[in-house]
Amino acid sequence: MAQMTEQEILAGIGKIVNEITGVPASEVTPEKNFVDDLDIDSLSMVEIAVAAQDEFGVEIPDDQLKHLKTVKDVINFIQS
Amino acid sequence: MSTDQVRVVVTGLGATTPLGGDVASTWSALLAGRSGVRDLTTDWVDSVPVKFAAVAAVDPTEVLPRPEARRLDRAEQFALVAAREAWKDSGIEKVDPERLGVVVGSGIGGITTILAAYDTFKERGWQRLSPYTVPMLMPNGAAGWIGIEVGARAGVHATVSACATGAESIGYAIEMIRSGRADVVVAGGTEAAIHPLNIGSFAAMRAMSLRNDEPERASRPWDKNRDGFVLGEGSGIVVLESEEHARARGAHVYAVAAGVGYSADAHHIAQPEPTGAGVMLAMRRALQDARLAPEDIRHVNAHATSTPAGDVVETMAIKEVVGGHPLVTSTKSMTGHLLGGAGGIESVFTVLALQERVVPATINVDDLDDGVEVDIVRRDPRELPGGRISAINNSFGFGGHDVAVAFTSV
Repeated sequence: MAQMTEQEILAGIGKIVNEITGVPASEVTPEKNFVDDLDIDSLSMVEIAVAAQDEFGVEIPDDQLKHLKTVKDVINFIQS
Repeated sequence: MSTDQVRVVVTGLGATTPLGGDVASTWSALLAGRSGVRDLTTDWVDSVPVKFAAVAAVDPTEVLPRPEARRLDRAEQFALVAAREAWKDSGIEKVDPERLGVVVGSGIGGITTILAAYDTFKERGWQRLSPYTVPMLMPNGAAGWIGIEVGARAGVHATVSACATGAESIGYAIEMIRSGRADVVVAGGTEAAIHPLNIGSFAAMRAMSLRNDEPERASRPWDKNRDGFVLGEGSGIVVLESEEHARARGAHVYAVAAGVGYSADAHHIAQPEPTGAGVMLAMRRALQDARLAPEDIRHVNAHATSTPAGDVVETMAIKEVVGGHPLVTSTKSMTGHLLGGAGGIESVFTVLALQERVVPATINVDDLDDGVEVDIVRRDPRELPGGRISAINNSFGFGGHDVAVAFTSV
């Protein structure tokens, strides 16, 4: 897969988060913390991680997932 | 507190059924004698011998926000829709969470989730299973979600007794309030089992109607030519409350939840006991528990599912215990059989019959079967008398469960 821009990844994450939790995609901005700002529980984070894997072709192992606190963390992980 | 002193009343009603997405639309369809049974158009219909069912009139995914719907089994979706209606209807704004309970069960639980998840597991592996698979498949899931919704901390329970589930839940809720464990309990049943495996399995028992050429005529309790039940889906929920609590907040009271009687057949895992002994015992105990005399009962919402074995025995039991005078009906002729949801919706109907003083007619009884010696309401609804009257909702389930819930008008 060609390298995606941060904007493209952000849009993809926004779509996934909206689909799974109902949070409007426009609220999914890089600085947001999934738990504190977006009120997303750990089960939904698992769903988001699996959906992100399908969308971006990047596997997020469980031991990494727990370190991904903000939207920006996920973007960085996918880009790395 | 003496258990004798606590009267339990019904202050909220909710339902989503094959006849309507709420109580009002369902009730008017019942009074109009409309059938909720229709042809199945699913891709699997060719794999089963029964080509029709009583599908919910309003799909719950059209009512619930998508993120919420996707983490709920269909049975949980129905229950949450009905519970929200009942809760709103009760008008309760504030209640001590530690005095608020939930008793909502399902006969089968999240069966469609289990089967779909197993397909996902086999085809795509465990990593692709929804992390909500377990709460979706567990039969107490609906109770749990409703408990979170209303903030119930007095106890959240799920009774499971096949087709007696909804009535047993309401009985348990009455007892929960009487025993002093709660002031308010949200109670009822739910089911979402229109799936080829269930239809195939019930057909393997020879329990389902095969009247594929006339689906709307298939559910015909007490008719000589009945040939089995029609599978339905949906949920019926009531809000029960101690009379003291309801009066203190000036609530509208639909009826008194006067008492409940339980028994078991100890006979066969699926066939009704032929003398009706268990059914009679449950009704006698309901009368005793409600402190009612047989002549007080003016209406029975019968279990009568349209199977050859059970319908007539139940009427014999009604005649023996209560007498030939009550107006008897089977609303399953219109809603189909909601299994664990049946006792929930039928309690809602029984309560409405008492309040509105009218009993919906049983449709499709063209030729009343021999041995039916009670007053079956046919063709048109019939009026109930004024004054203080009572009614019974019967529900029986595979496993030999017999439950009779008694309600009294206000």
